[in-house]
Amino acid sequence: MAANTMTVKGALVGGLWTEIPVLRLILGMCPTLAVTAAVKPALTMGLSVLFVLFCSNIVVSLMRNLLKPHLRILMFTLTIATFVTIADLFLRAFMPQMSEVLGPYVPLIIVNCIIIARAEACASKNGMLVSAVDAISMGIGFTIVLCFLASIREVLATGTIFDIPVMWKSFAPWAAMRLPVGAFITLGLMLGTVNLLSGKKS
Amino acid sequence: MDKVTVLLLAFTSIVVINNLVLTKFLGICPYLGVSGRIDMAFGMGLAVTFVITLAGVLTWLIDHLILVPQGLEITRYVCYILVIAGAVQLVEMYLRKFFPPLYESFGIFLPLITTNCAILGLCLFLNVWEIDNFAQAAVLSFGAGIGFTLAICIMAGIREQLNFSDVPPALKGAPITLITAGLLTMAFMGFAGMIK
Repeated sequence: MAANTMTVKGALVGGLWTEIPVLRLILGMCPTLAVTAAVKPALTMGLSVLFVLFCSNIVVSLMRNLLKPHLRILMFTLTIATFVTIADLFLRAFMPQMSEVLGPYVPLIIVNCIIIARAEACASKNGMLVSAVDAISMGIGFTIVLCFLASIREVLATGTIFDIPVMWKSFAPWAAMRLPVGAFITLGLMLGTVNLLSGKKS
Repeated sequence: MDKVTVLLLAFTSIVVINNLVLTKFLGICPYLGVSGRIDMAFGMGLAVTFVITLAGVLTWLIDHLILVPQGLEITRYVCYILVIAGAVQLVEMYLRKFFPPLYESFGIFLPLITTNCAILGLCLFLNVWEIDNFAQAAVLSFGAGIGFTLAICIMAGIREQLNFSDVPPALKGAPITLITAGLLTMAFMGFAGMIK
């Protein structure tokens, strides 16, 4: 993020490929690792992050001229905390089971580095439109990565995707993929693959 | 069981068995970001331990003395994050005044302790686990910090050795660190089931 101003197109491409969260910027690791044991919670998490990112980016971009440098992080986190409370209450009211599964990882969206990083790098320097587009593309990029990682882990751990069996009958589930071990190693190999692919291109 | 045993068990449990970094995926960002050198990792661990203890105790008190009696649970997240941000600000001012070199070497990672998931995560877990004993909450908060320090120092030790080893170019940096972390969690799984 060298330039202070960004174009709408730049924001769109940035979130979806050149700066796709998690894979390019090593940010937002905690939820990425924690909720990707199955696809459903991963998708819910991705969409919640998308909602919070969108709202907070807009609010931060609207108040960007009023921010004092030393209070900036505090203002960001307070804004984000407000929207996360909304998302959390929504999940609890309409998807109680999912809210149970995600547990404290929903409120932990507050400290998701991606949202704060976008507030800092994009929304506090750009107008509302660019910030909104940036939030949407970053949010979608994050959701895609989450779902991708989750589908690898779910297939290997239980042989299902969205609870629908996809593997052959005699497939022996790898219990380790459900555990933290699976999360770390799968993500590590995924990052390695991305490096390999983008290294070949250049 | 008498009280001391319970507290000791809670402490061991949060340091090795339910280690926040290795089993709950909290605080991964500094875990990967600051674990390049062992002295910095240790300093970071101590700073986090201080903040996490302060924040855990304060949020527990606020929760039980103000929010729950007044029926204000809805503002919980906002209150927690305010407490944590305040505690981090304290640490920052203290370090800048008394340990300027350490302050310089932390750079951006110091204010980012505010957004360290381990801290907010612990405050939330105290809630989820329904800890209603002040001493236990304090011990758990302190133990969580020690657990973080332990994890990040082990990681830094491994990574210092990793610099001299022959890693495939595509896996250099973050990927190999993540894989190492995976193996480390596997080692820590050996502790699972030791208590309860």
